[in-house]
Amino acid sequence: MSNMKTNFDLNQIDRLGGSVNVENNQQPQSEIRNALEVRDLNFFYGSFQGLKNINLNIEEGKVTAFIGPSGCGKSTLLRTLNRMYDLYPGQRAEGEINFYGQNILEQGQDLNLLRSRIGMVFQKPTPFPMSIYENIAFGVRLYEKLSRSEMDERVEWALNKAALWTEAKDKLNQSGLSLSGGQQQRLCIARGVAVKPSVILLDEPTSALDPISTGKIEELINELKHEYTIAIVTHNMQQAARVSDYTAYMYLGSLIEYGKTDEIFIKPQRKETEDYITGRFG
Amino acid sequence: MPDKHLSSQFDADLNALSSRLLEMGGLVESQIATAMRAFTQMDIDTCNIVIENEKLVNDMEIQIDMLCTEVIARRQPVSRDLRLVMAVSKAITNLERAGDEAERVAKRTKRLIEAGAMHNINVAEIRLSGQMAISLLRRSLDAFARLDTIAAAEVVEEDRQIDEEFRGFVRKLITYMSEDPHLISIGLDMLTIAKAIERIGDHAKNIAEFVIYIVKGSDVRHIPHADLVREANKI
Repeated sequence: MSNMKTNFDLNQIDRLGGSVNVENNQQPQSEIRNALEVRDLNFFYGSFQGLKNINLNIEEGKVTAFIGPSGCGKSTLLRTLNRMYDLYPGQRAEGEINFYGQNILEQGQDLNLLRSRIGMVFQKPTPFPMSIYENIAFGVRLYEKLSRSEMDERVEWALNKAALWTEAKDKLNQSGLSLSGGQQQRLCIARGVAVKPSVILLDEPTSALDPISTGKIEELINELKHEYTIAIVTHNMQQAARVSDYTAYMYLGSLIEYGKTDEIFIKPQRKETEDYITGRFG
Repeated sequence: MPDKHLSSQFDADLNALSSRLLEMGGLVESQIATAMRAFTQMDIDTCNIVIENEKLVNDMEIQIDMLCTEVIARRQPVSRDLRLVMAVSKAITNLERAGDEAERVAKRTKRLIEAGAMHNINVAEIRLSGQMAISLLRRSLDAFARLDTIAAAEVVEEDRQIDEEFRGFVRKLITYMSEDPHLISIGLDMLTIAKAIERIGDHAKNIAEFVIYIVKGSDVRHIPHADLVREANKI
């Protein structure tokens, strides 16, 4: 990223591939690009240090899973990636999180814009108490001025992306809360996708869902990764094994091991990782 | 596996897999030893014992395979647990085939006895490689039981000696048969027996390679021996 623009402009970051460096087209297609590069990241809840010197790259167009026991910092790390922690007083991050080369921890960021580029879906489905249509259109209106027909298209497009269109197309005016839990979660994913982010953060997106809904979300992750970079926190190790390309194991606020999912689940390098994923952790 | 899972039943399941594998290994080892005794003594009753017991080996293979499938279905093992289950599943195939080779030795020996051929050919190499094959299989199973990669690497190395004995016997057999065409029929039975023993060595070697896979996570099949030894000694 040598020829990166120095002024910070999240608007110039598209979805996949999407930094401003279009002039640098000599790069081979196969070259690995990182959507996010975390450098020397420390995070504090008041005086408690929740993350300790985290360094890792999140590769573009891949699914990166964070696993680890409760309290290990995996959700905290996810929440730093779009500065969701800023909503809470007393929480602060030090270090760098470079989003296509731009440090999002710097002061003076447009956080709303940042969160439209790096969207998030939470553990419990959180549809707004409004219609299915409005759940999606609401976010889009904050960033774009679309005509009615363009908005209709965008809503259909987002619901299709989230594999919810067929189920929801005849009840777009019904409340989002009338959907089942699994459908609500897909609605939240549709809402996140609708503003065309480049990264989607998923914080235990299926822990409140039944196996069928979980299966649908996992299939969706597999579909979405062709166009988006995805980071997922999950307590379900088999889910990490199923959906992710890379897996990070965290413990007590530190990143213990990070590597290709196949390697982590067949031949981890660290004994701590092996003990955890094989169920020897105690 | 010295340290324990949170689920003691998972530990019990994995231990059961290893124990059943060793039990099957013991049975196959005894089948080979009996087949070699039948060959050395040219005793038809001993041949029949081996042929009769072969189905026990087959039954055990099916039972252990089912256990492996159950562990995968119930536990979704990963990392070294997964490697253990995979290795057991493959090792029992090798044991079953080693059992088939023992049966082959018994059947061919029976045919030699029925043809009244007995020992018209010096079969020292067959007896020697038979003893080596039994020892090799036992040591590969010991290495499995103790997850001892160094011992496993030694088994792989020693399998080469059985291969060498086999080649020596084939050279001798060719000389015999070209000098006296009447020996060709017996010679071919002897060749089959020698080949069966050589194959048992190969199966023992495969099992030893699985031990290195379980412990080190590296697939050491079809790699140069020096690389295999390096993997086996890696900390």
